[in-house]
Amino acid sequence: MDGLATLFIRAIFIENLALSFFLGMCTFIAISKKIEAALGLGIAVIVVQAITLPVNNLILNGLLKPGALSWMGIDADLTFLGLISYIGVIAAMVQILEMFLDRFVPALYATLGVFLPLITVNCAILGGSLFMVERDYTFAESVTYGISSGIGWAMAIVALAGVREKLKYADVPEGLRGLGITFITVGLMSLGFMAFSGVQL
Amino acid sequence: MSDTKKLVTDPIFDNNPIALQILGICSALAVTTSMNTALLMSLALTVVTAFSSMVISSLRNHIPSSIRIIVQMVVIASLVIIADQLMKAFAYSTAKSLSVFVGLIITNCIVMGRAEGFAMSNPPVASFWDGIGNGLGYSAMLLALAFIRELFGAGSLFGIELLTPVSDGGWYQPNGMLLLPPSAFFLIGLIIWGLRTWKPAQVEEAEFSIDESRAKSPEAH
Repeated sequence: MDGLATLFIRAIFIENLALSFFLGMCTFIAISKKIEAALGLGIAVIVVQAITLPVNNLILNGLLKPGALSWMGIDADLTFLGLISYIGVIAAMVQILEMFLDRFVPALYATLGVFLPLITVNCAILGGSLFMVERDYTFAESVTYGISSGIGWAMAIVALAGVREKLKYADVPEGLRGLGITFITVGLMSLGFMAFSGVQL
Repeated sequence: MSDTKKLVTDPIFDNNPIALQILGICSALAVTTSMNTALLMSLALTVVTAFSSMVISSLRNHIPSSIRIIVQMVVIASLVIIADQLMKAFAYSTAKSLSVFVGLIITNCIVMGRAEGFAMSNPPVASFWDGIGNGLGYSAMLLALAFIRELFGAGSLFGIELLTPVSDGGWYQPNGMLLLPPSAFFLIGLIIWGLRTWKPAQVEEAEFSIDESRAKSPEAH
């Protein structure tokens, strides 16, 4: 239990997906002009991350690992199919979630709906799954990591949106306007988050 | 033929995928701490973009639009798996240091963006060249970043020591900051600034502008 709590805090602050692994940067920069939009996208990422990571973990351990299919009399190492299965799971999950929300929670669908298709191509989601594979997480760890890495990403994008909402009133040099100054801002935030790496857990 | 040339050269400076279209930034930041990884990554991405655009473009009249994203994903993922296996076979240690980022070519927005934005409405050969061009635009940015970061951050290029660091009895005090994540953001921001000063057409419109009449006499209000 102690290990899981450490993993939780670590994934949010120290190994923040957006600010220290640069994952999901495209949407991170593109959708951070307004706080409401950023919050919506952030919540969608948490939900999808929390579902897909454990599912991918089950697929890896139950189907792809060497010897996982031995009960069928097949002895094969299918890990090379990993990438295509993970992205398949993510695309399918996003689609199912979209239909589910549309049918049962229309209010939430109205706010999250436009962001869901963006999530399929969000590298934070696939990146989370690949980190899970690389670090050999157990099922419990993958649930924790899914939720916490999603929270970390959501927090970073909401914080950036907050900064950018104020920044649009600033008089920025011409060439730096828009994208340029956003990068510098993200750099400063990332520098701030590096302070957490000194935290001993 | 001039069309082909335009397709290839346009994305390098005039319509750079990273600096202007905000595509493919994740990997651009993460793999640029050394020239080796940056070069391998650019190569992989250029090849994957070119071939995925070509394949998707030749399939474009047979893909129902409601499932096109999944079809594109499958094509791209298969190509990335091939690239991944090839890298593991021929450049194992560099591929290892790229860690998850080879797999992340799948979700690299450049590949998806070109597939969706160009290949779905253009013939295969043009799409192939468009893929190459965008791959090169991405590579140019990646190599420029890696050059600065490795040379000044570690005093070497492609792992060969050029500026002997103080720790080895040399004179160069490496700027370790350049190897850390934040510096990548600063560098891209500065490169964009330079590029836009050179080509002012890329400057974004300001959402608000300063009222000149008031700005000159602050005591007026």
